[in-house]
Amino acid sequence: MEFFRFKRDIGFMKHALIFNAISLITFFFAVFFLFSKGLHFSIEFTGGTLVEVKYSQPANLEGIRTSLEGIGYKDAQVQNFGATDKVLIRVPLKKDVSSEAQTQQVMNTLQAAAPDVQLQRNEYVGPQIGQELATNGLMALLFVSIGIVIYLSFRFEWKFALAGILANLHDVVIILGFFAFFQWEFSLSVLAAILAILGYSVNESVVIFDRIREVFRDNRTRNMTVPQVMNHAITSTMSRTIITHGMTETMVISMFLFGGPTLHYFALALTIGIVFGIYSSVFVAAALAMWFGVSRKDLELSADDLALRNADRRDPNFGAQV
Amino acid sequence: MNRYPLWKYVVIGVALVLGLLYTVPTFFGTTQAVQVSAAKATVKVEADVQDKIAQTLKAQNIPYTGLYFEKTAQGLGTVKVRVNGVDAQAKVKEVLNTALNPDANAPTYTLAYSTVSAAPDWMGALGAKPVSLGLDLRGGVHFLLEVKMSEAVQKKLDAMQTGFVSSLKDKKITPTATEKSGEQIVLSFDTPAMMEQARALISSDQAALSYVIEPTGNQLKIGLTEQAVVEVKNQAIKQNIEILHNRVNAMGASEPIVQQQGFDRIVVELPGESDPARAKSLIGRTATLEVRLEETSNPLNGIEFDMAASEGGSKALLKKQVVITGDAFAQARGEMGQEGRPQVSVGLKSESGKIMRQTTHDNIGKKMGIVMYEQQPDGKSRGEVISLATIQGEFGDSFQITGATSLQDAEDLALLLRSGALAAPMTITQESTVGPSLGEENIQKGLKSLVYGFAAVSIFMVIYYRVFGIFSVLALGVNLLLLVGILAAIGVTMTLPGIAAVALTLGMAIDSNVLINERIREELRNGQPPAMAMHLGYERAFATILDSNITTLIAGVALLIFGSGPIRGFAIVHCFGIVTSMFSAVFVARGFSNLWYGRRQRLQSISIGQIWRGADAHQNIPVINPSSDTNQAEK
Repeated sequence: MEFFRFKRDIGFMKHALIFNAISLITFFFAVFFLFSKGLHFSIEFTGGTLVEVKYSQPANLEGIRTSLEGIGYKDAQVQNFGATDKVLIRVPLKKDVSSEAQTQQVMNTLQAAAPDVQLQRNEYVGPQIGQELATNGLMALLFVSIGIVIYLSFRFEWKFALAGILANLHDVVIILGFFAFFQWEFSLSVLAAILAILGYSVNESVVIFDRIREVFRDNRTRNMTVPQVMNHAITSTMSRTIITHGMTETMVISMFLFGGPTLHYFALALTIGIVFGIYSSVFVAAALAMWFGVSRKDLELSADDLALRNADRRDPNFGAQV
Repeated sequence: MNRYPLWKYVVIGVALVLGLLYTVPTFFGTTQAVQVSAAKATVKVEADVQDKIAQTLKAQNIPYTGLYFEKTAQGLGTVKVRVNGVDAQAKVKEVLNTALNPDANAPTYTLAYSTVSAAPDWMGALGAKPVSLGLDLRGGVHFLLEVKMSEAVQKKLDAMQTGFVSSLKDKKITPTATEKSGEQIVLSFDTPAMMEQARALISSDQAALSYVIEPTGNQLKIGLTEQAVVEVKNQAIKQNIEILHNRVNAMGASEPIVQQQGFDRIVVELPGESDPARAKSLIGRTATLEVRLEETSNPLNGIEFDMAASEGGSKALLKKQVVITGDAFAQARGEMGQEGRPQVSVGLKSESGKIMRQTTHDNIGKKMGIVMYEQQPDGKSRGEVISLATIQGEFGDSFQITGATSLQDAEDLALLLRSGALAAPMTITQESTVGPSLGEENIQKGLKSLVYGFAAVSIFMVIYYRVFGIFSVLALGVNLLLLVGILAAIGVTMTLPGIAAVALTLGMAIDSNVLINERIREELRNGQPPAMAMHLGYERAFATILDSNITTLIAGVALLIFGSGPIRGFAIVHCFGIVTSMFSAVFVARGFSNLWYGRRQRLQSISIGQIWRGADAHQNIPVINPSSDTNQAEK
């Protein structure tokens, strides 16, 4: 069985302008929603008290909301958590009321309405922690981006490094855009998913860049133009790209279906990341590198390397002095 | 060219055996046990308690399946009795409680329900234990406490201030005003000359190296050096951790965690505890210290106290009057004295030092006792004498308590003296409670998504790549085995995000095998003979695999550095997963294919699924031949 039977290289680069335009439009939409709607942060970031309860029958959310309003929590969020008999309640921080008292207040109110209610989980996050988490998250993003640029420029060339990180950061913004548009809850695990996917998508670009370099360096491709080289590299890694991402996505879908509500948004962020990761690596990264003016010269071997022509350049020890 | 030297197979074999050894206990899981630990800070659980428990259970003919003595990271011993079933657990707890705690009102040992590895004992002896589960998987209470560091510094300054004033008064250099402004003590004098005198005196102080003294006019501003401030803060958090530790242990929590997080925070985790209010009240309880003189003449003027077990265990009669209390202790350290005898070196705050000087001056040759009050679970305080020593001479704010039988003894006493009061107040900045049923549910969900995901990936790989698909799936299995084994062996706590990371890592790890398999197919398509295609496929895919794993690792490390709580759990698993996947996908998978195909003399074909060779396929794509034979030399 073989899914992909490419008779000739696909002319990706011919349409590079269109792909980049689509990317740019999606990107701006994402930025627009990030600013207009903002992210719906979890209490890990905002601070507050979270109470998860379980009823013996499907819960009456409206009833819970009204009874909470009765004790002064107008902005409490009440929603089902994974099942109709489970309810997640978020209460914002209140001055002079301890988290314990808040939980107790909520539980007393709920118990008055339905004695069968059970406390499943309770979480309290102080105000200063959230600020710190947000800062640390941004620091991590910065660290990953810089780390990857340094590694790629060391392994390839700055044009590739820049193209790779731009393409993948645009994925990150698009994932955030989705979370802003649908007002999905942005929690710590979503942040972890986004950073993991950043590393993973860069993978994809690396595989294609690797192939571009290999083709550039091959003598028999002398007469191929830069777009041709890129088309060839992308086409020949296409099969692997689709299968790899398909496999990772299989795992992620499994998490989405069976992992329960805790892993729900985590898996969702990964899914968007994987889909846009393919898109950006295939259609955006190489095109960007092309706009930046990558040429055969950039990747050509130096005179020293040429002297070693007969050595296998793919040998991990290639170039080592003995 | 597709043969491994023997040692490579040996490496794979050893990795597999180790992986199995450390993974298997996780599948055995845990079973019920009763945990015995010290109820008070003065009691130490050593191996002899284990013998006592064994004798008790034997005498009463109560079956148990194992007896384990463990030391926690803080050096506190616990004994765990493994039993079969919940009923036996309750029975053993009850029997041991009566046997070990003759006085039910003042228990010596705490008994708690706990769990131990259900795997055979020899595995445990080799250090193979089940992976430890985080609170989100087993239920429990988690607190993040923030230590108010500025208060620790203020406390230190307060102590310094009283010290300065009293030593200046002794020399008749009385300051006209003393106040604190920010992190400085301001002493005002009548004349600049007096200020100079005071400055000379303070500069000759023992701890003068840690002061920053600024003379201005007739004022003297004294602060602490940056280094000293850091030390005060470090000392404060250490002391708070020690105290929390003692309290948590005293409440009989099973496998509690008390750890510093970052600069000024302490994490307390109590697995199995589901009542945060009770936990909070126990953590918030205080132990206090008092120093009293021995009452020798009239029993009516004294109070009878129990002596701590380490002090002989009988009774002591001490005066009703208290000399100094626990907050007078500035520091206490167990050390080897000048004559090579263990001793506790104690530093008092200078005000208390003066009281001490007066008291010792009047009572040379008499005995002095240190009483420690600990709040019992029933809310009452009970005092116990932790040290009773003869006053050898007059002393003030620094003295030594000798008579300890070992350095360990001296260090224990120092710990008790230090743990009298919290060095700085703490506030709860984060708190979460997970009910036990929710934990069980999370485990089931995490495992389900892992198993179904793994199965789906395996089915596809085998259908699509045939025999090479089987190699890939086997390699993926090895990856899972090694990953779980490593996590269990080094004691990483598994959380739900951790399980998600395992699933995600496996999903990503298959990438390496897809890269290799696709590359082999490509080489075959380009007309390479099967053996050469296999060889080139592995060789050529390696550089790409390395590159792509390093970029993923960069993200993993960033998460590890900047992440906290659930993110860290995710990041640790992710990072280890990348390392194990490199090993299994490249090294182990190749081992399987070499073993299967490499020994054949003339390899006609390999099973990697259908290779499509269109008539005009890849017309303009050159065939890239190996540029040299250097790599083939190894055949």
